[in-house]
Amino acid sequence: MRTEPTAAYARDEDPVDPPYLYPDYVATRLRSPAAPLVPLPQSLTELCGPLLGEGRVGELDHDLTRQHEDAPLGQRIIVHGRVLDGDGRPIPSTLVEIWQANAAGRYAHEVDRHPAPLDPNFSGAGRCVTDGEGRYRFITIQPGAYPWQNHFNAWRAAHIHFSLFGRAFTQRLVTQMYFPGDPLFFQDPIFNSVPDPRGRERLISAFDLDETIPEWALAFAWDIVLRGRGATPLEDEDADA
Amino acid sequence: MRLARTPSQTVGPYFAIGLPWPDGPCVVPAGTPGAAWIRGRVLDGVGDPVTDSLVETWQADPDGRFDHPDDPRGAVRGFRGLGRCLADDSGTYSILTLKPGRVPSPEGSLQAPHIDVSVFARGLLNRLVTRIYFPEEEAANAADPILSSISSAERRATLVARMAEDGYRFDIRLQGDRETVFFDL
Repeated sequence: MRTEPTAAYARDEDPVDPPYLYPDYVATRLRSPAAPLVPLPQSLTELCGPLLGEGRVGELDHDLTRQHEDAPLGQRIIVHGRVLDGDGRPIPSTLVEIWQANAAGRYAHEVDRHPAPLDPNFSGAGRCVTDGEGRYRFITIQPGAYPWQNHFNAWRAAHIHFSLFGRAFTQRLVTQMYFPGDPLFFQDPIFNSVPDPRGRERLISAFDLDETIPEWALAFAWDIVLRGRGATPLEDEDADA
Repeated sequence: MRLARTPSQTVGPYFAIGLPWPDGPCVVPAGTPGAAWIRGRVLDGVGDPVTDSLVETWQADPDGRFDHPDDPRGAVRGFRGLGRCLADDSGTYSILTLKPGRVPSPEGSLQAPHIDVSVFARGLLNRLVTRIYFPEEEAANAADPILSSISSAERRATLVARMAEDGYRFDIRLQGDRETVFFDL
């Protein structure tokens, strides 16, 4: 049994995540803490995390086009990629959960009042577990853009929500995947809340011709990077000593 | 090889179509001896309930151990440790669990029993992380390195649950009056 402490996960050198208060996204104004966050040293509670696998996933959970009697309307797409940590290591056997609007830009949710049609053949939720090399793969339909009430004539850029656990509480991530060339990026405050333009780029999937299936589906590739240990050289020396 | 991290984005208002699990609120099955309900409301800066929020809890088992290979003391199989509950129309979440045991701090001393909490909601561009401590653990709480790092007694108190009829009460105030202490991991 190992007894040495488990190495901490790296903190970001420059901000990667959006700030809590981003006034252009109106809902942040009353939901962002006013006091600064308190530093939390990473103990075993933070260095461990729930390891949820196959037991959470049904046979057709990865295929959002086969969860009902008929196929949903919309452009069929494959969304795939790898889940990695910041050190470039794949994260195998980790649960990936997604949810999205239908092809008309409507969620199968009672709160969504957008007057676009619901699709009885599309629930919009999927789950899978990464393979031994950290790969995930979903079959779904291209989600539509949709209007929201944030500001006048506000539209969300088309996106798929992703939720990931990684292997540690510190790695937990909920984010959104976008599609290349979306004309709505410029006016979407959720997308633009990411402070670094390179960070925003990392939320955009790439069209992937190699993974398309002729006469059947287009494909988009998107890798997700969770926190790594990223030890500084000094800490590396300590670990080797 | 160092890779840049994928940024966080909000769960938005519609995560209920994908994230809730039927057994999410039950870290241990109903009827487990010693299990307690932890309930609380998620409130915004004007005290309104955040009905579109999701609370996740993560904790050690009653012996302070984890079912995880990175625990240098060895993995103890079978305790899920994770709770997940969508808030109801009053902004209330409910988690059924066993009180965790003590977990070592990075320096090796024992921390007071605690549960890590992630709060997700529309309007939260990143999760908020807080901790639940237990009111009957006065001595352990007084010696806990994390609680001790917070100088304001009023702020510290936001991290300690209250006793309730069938367990504990732990409200989460996102902003303003009695704002909960949130952590930077």
